[in-house]
Amino acid sequence: MLIPCPFCGHRDQAEFAYGGPARALPELDGQDGTHAWRTALYSGYNPRGPVTELWFHANGCESWIQITRDTVTHRITRSCLANPREREP
Amino acid sequence: MTYSAAALLGHAILGNKHWPAILNTPDMRSSYDVVIVGGGGHGLATAHYLAANHGITDVAVIEAAWIGGGNTARNTGIVRSDYLLNSSFRLKNFALGLWNDLSRQLNFNLMYEPRGYVDLAHSDDELERFTLRANAMRLRGAEAEILTGDALLARVPQLDLTGEKRFPVIGALAQEAGGVVRHDAVAWGFARSAASAGIHIIQNCPVTGFEITGGRLSAVRTALGRVACTRALITVAGASTALAEMAGLDLPLNSINVQALVTEPVNPVLDAVVNYNAGLCYASQTSKGEFVLGGATDGYTSYARRGNFGKIEDVLARALQIFPFLSRLRLMRHWAGTADITFDGNAIVGRTEVEGLMINAGWGYSGFKATPAAGWCLAELLGTGTLPELLVPFSLNRFETGSEQDDAGAGPYPWLH
Ligand SMILES: Cc1cc2nc3c(=O)[nH]c(=O)nc-3n(C[C@H](O)[C@H](O)[C@H](O)COP(=O)(O)OP(=O)(O)OC[C@H]3O[C@@H](n4cnc5c(N)ncnc54)[C@H](O)[C@@H]3O)c2cc1C
Ligand SMILES: [Zn+2]
Repeated sequence: MLIPCPFCGHRDQAEFAYGGPARALPELDGQDGTHAWRTALYSGYNPRGPVTELWFHANGCESWIQITRDTVTHRITRSCLANPREREP
Repeated sequence: MTYSAAALLGHAILGNKHWPAILNTPDMRSSYDVVIVGGGGHGLATAHYLAANHGITDVAVIEAAWIGGGNTARNTGIVRSDYLLNSSFRLKNFALGLWNDLSRQLNFNLMYEPRGYVDLAHSDDELERFTLRANAMRLRGAEAEILTGDALLARVPQLDLTGEKRFPVIGALAQEAGGVVRHDAVAWGFARSAASAGIHIIQNCPVTGFEITGGRLSAVRTALGRVACTRALITVAGASTALAEMAGLDLPLNSINVQALVTEPVNPVLDAVVNYNAGLCYASQTSKGEFVLGGATDGYTSYARRGNFGKIEDVLARALQIFPFLSRLRLMRHWAGTADITFDGNAIVGRTEVEGLMINAGWGYSGFKATPAAGWCLAELLGTGTLPELLVPFSLNRFETGSEQDDAGAGPYPWLH
């Protein structure tokens, strides 16, 4: 699998470390039940199909990037830096 | 029919043209006492023990494709119980006891070969931790041995312990009761036994939903129609989250590729199963002479059942570090399976919040060895309604109560296990 790094171009997946699905953490302050915490920490977001996820270009530019990849075909349709402030306008 | 030497001889004389099919193709009824979703080793073992231990035979095993097409027949067949945590050890050691006599019980040759499992340590610190694990095993009644130097060389003469190495082999934990079992025979052996007790094994029939009324299971929907039932088990390995979602359950696991590789066959040189821990690679030689090699997962969510090349290179590089002579062999086959890996790397087995619906998932790439024990315990849960003590630590709610069962201490993400 080749991962398109916005900085380095298409690079072998072996150069990257996986960071899991990119998802916003739910509001946890003030939650007293365990269920919200369980969902926040342990929800196995595991779709068959496109998923937006984080990768770290460890043996490359050392950027955290965000890609949209199909978990069945491994086709990657989108790639950008993970930090919105570092993205091109 | 019973398989025997006489049957073999008789059929040989008739040119082996009249062996009856192992499985029939029954018509699905509109209701069953128990429905088992998934005809892998675990589902079929549960069916067998429902009949054998509890006399319950109004049971259907409903399989999306064909039995033994999932991870049951994609794994590397290693069985062992060298685990540190009580929970893992007890369930897998119970399984090891069952494997011992299962071929006779099922009248089906599972080719269980207790040829020994040798886990290599690469630093003093690692050997220390292996010694802790060996002692824990002994205290719980299993045998385990720590081997170093000449004793290790005598056990696995093909190891090279000389010279300067990036990852030297310092010693090993050996469990002689560990070994290999022929994986697809397990599916067929359990299926044949369950079917001959009257249990229906329905192939090519995906389950598409569950009907739940007032928090209780009332039916399972399938491609071939609705099946009324008040007790069911989801045991679908890589498809676990999808099936659980149909019942409104959120399982803490990810589906990840795991690969296996097989070389051309050569004369016997290796009797033990050897596991190399500087990075992960394990090797064993089949009775046909092929080397079976495996390693860690591909490390990211995937349903592709097609491994990435980087991992193949990684596993092969480590295989050569253990046994340099493997460099002269060619790879003949390679494949991947979708493993269901939880946030603590251990299985989820037991009840769910839907009354009557049980779950067996999260076995990842180490669930084959547990097949008969999981089946035995799940049959008890489905048959009697009481949760066997062995299953208590594997409850789904452990992620809420903070009692994770992380054997490897690898951390709280599926792709780390
Ligand atoms: C490469 C590899 C190597 C491994 N090596 C080892 C090893 O050496 N030792 C070990 O102990 N473990 C090993 N494992 C793990 C082991 O294979 C699994 O933990 C175990 O097989 C899972 O249980 P099962 O046999 O019931 O799964 P499966 O055989 O995968 O059964 C699940 C079944 O559910 C069916 N299914 C899916 N969706 C539906 C649906 N909607 N409706 C109906 N049915 C459905 C599937 O078709 C499948 O047949 C390995 C796994 C892999 C991939
Ligand atoms: Zn880069």
